[in-house]
Amino acid sequence: MTAQLSGAGPVPAAPTTAGPPAPPPRRRHPGRPVWAGRPSTSLTIGKGVVLTLLVAAVLVPLWAVLVTSLASRGTIDDAGGMVMIPREFDPSAYITIFSGGDVTRAVWVSTLVTVFGTTVSLVLTVLAAYGLSRPGSVAHRGLLFYFLLTFLIFPGLVPSYLVVTGLGLKDSLWSLILPSAISVFNLVVIRAFFMNVPAELLDSARIDGAGELRILTRIVLPLSKAVIAVVGLFYAVGYWNVYFNAVLYIDSNDKFPIQRVLQSYILAGQSPNVSGASVSLPGVTAYPPTLAVKMAVVVVTVIPAVIIYPFVQRHFTKGVITGAVKG
Amino acid sequence: MAAPAAVLLLVFHYLPTLGNIIAFQDYNPFVGDDPLDAFLNSEWIGFGNFEALFRDPLFWDAVRNTLSITAFQLVFFFPLPILLALILNSVVSGRLRGFVQSVVYLPHFFSWVLVVTFFVQMFGGAGLLAQEMRQAGLEPWGIMTNPDTFIVLVTAEAVWKDLGWGAIVFLAALSAIDQNLYEAAAADGAGRWRRLWHITLPGLRPVIVLLLIMRLGDALSVGFEQFILQREAVGREAAEVLDTFVYYQAISTQQWGLGAAAGLFKAVVGLVLILTANKIAHRLGEQGVYAKS
Repeated sequence: MTAQLSGAGPVPAAPTTAGPPAPPPRRRHPGRPVWAGRPSTSLTIGKGVVLTLLVAAVLVPLWAVLVTSLASRGTIDDAGGMVMIPREFDPSAYITIFSGGDVTRAVWVSTLVTVFGTTVSLVLTVLAAYGLSRPGSVAHRGLLFYFLLTFLIFPGLVPSYLVVTGLGLKDSLWSLILPSAISVFNLVVIRAFFMNVPAELLDSARIDGAGELRILTRIVLPLSKAVIAVVGLFYAVGYWNVYFNAVLYIDSNDKFPIQRVLQSYILAGQSPNVSGASVSLPGVTAYPPTLAVKMAVVVVTVIPAVIIYPFVQRHFTKGVITGAVKG
Repeated sequence: MAAPAAVLLLVFHYLPTLGNIIAFQDYNPFVGDDPLDAFLNSEWIGFGNFEALFRDPLFWDAVRNTLSITAFQLVFFFPLPILLALILNSVVSGRLRGFVQSVVYLPHFFSWVLVVTFFVQMFGGAGLLAQEMRQAGLEPWGIMTNPDTFIVLVTAEAVWKDLGWGAIVFLAALSAIDQNLYEAAAADGAGRWRRLWHITLPGLRPVIVLLLIMRLGDALSVGFEQFILQREAVGREAAEVLDTFVYYQAISTQQWGLGAAAGLFKAVVGLVLILTANKIAHRLGEQGVYAKS
């Protein structure tokens, strides 16, 4: 073991394509450091079981919901409820919810709130983070304290409700955007990233006559794509998932976001109120299965996260950690 | 450049924070045209709301539920992300680790409505488990509607949602540990478990302390939507926590002053808790949430 050690030196734990210098007698994973030794079989099996269970705990419900949403009424009746084994591809539930009615409208509302809200949040957060990332700018310390103090003192539900209604935002989609537009946590994450941009780079641009806004958009932002993507995802997820603020502030059905509609479909046990048009759709003879419709609403609610997530996921550790460590 | 964000915080964070003074009023929304007018016209009653609050057995039920859930989750939730991070960190194959991470992080991005929906569809009366049990001739479980096991249910939901996400910060701390320490220890004959005890856990200590402080400072917050969504299923007695108490007192039953008093109580206790926890961390020689100044 010691002989091997002095020869190989420290091997990074990160997986690399480079294998060990000489093929050892026993199979060794190229990523495993030479000093680590082989894990015992029981430990490996134990870890395998735990990880398999965790992955299954996430994927099985998603699978069941997806398959049930695409099942025909007969298949659902045979299964007695949730369907695990796909027997056919029956999109009638999706046709039903997207032919007008609560769900179609809610998807539009949530998309609008998410796209518009994320834009507002990102622009304001980036501006503030840039302003606060240059020590020595006007009132830098005071402003920073002003932002960070929000971590320690909270307004509470009742006064917040009164302020939002007092501003006349009740039953307006603004009530879902403005009160939660700035997350100071996200601001701190972006600021930490901006502070790592070398000051010399900015100074040279300044000498060349670039204004602050130009420096931000042409130099700082292109260097910070990763963190912007992560924070953008955080904001977008927050807006897409908004539920309780909608319970508090939104009264009219036609402004309900998707989470509110999902809640009324499934948890409140209400029968789905899909549009009247769906019954007489050409090609759809039987009334679509209710459980399939419910599950289709779940799928629609899940899908945005599942689609955007893989693109942003590889930046997580970077984005989350700079904030956590430096914040 | 920070001005627009600062203004938003002023209006939607600091202004309501000041607005907490209605906790000392018999606030009545009908004595004015808008909340500000009503505030100016409402009667000041000193600590009357707090006296009523502390005499209210429902309030103490909510406090008791909140603290029980915090304590339960401290034992049965808090250590799990650390364990997961240790397991993931020991997985040598980068591809396998990446796959598991992608999957277990995902539920963090689901809303509480979705999380509760998934639990209902899996474990509820008409869910997958119940239908399998019925087919096997067994009596289905009533876990989604049983108030006695509600604390286990909410913890299971929280674990499902945030176990993977919670592991990220520990994984980062693990990757920051100097690999040479492990090599030197191995060369000195330290086995797997001794390296874990003498290198890995001390390396994680600052992060664990930091997160413990934050959790303690937040001891009176156990989530909100999760409880509102399941209140109908398990009943008020099990599902009432401080945040839901504030909501139902103020906005549902229109006892604004009482609700505001409960909210202010929670905010003040939370602030005291986090400052105390941080002080203890400094005494223990840890950095804590903010540095000593």
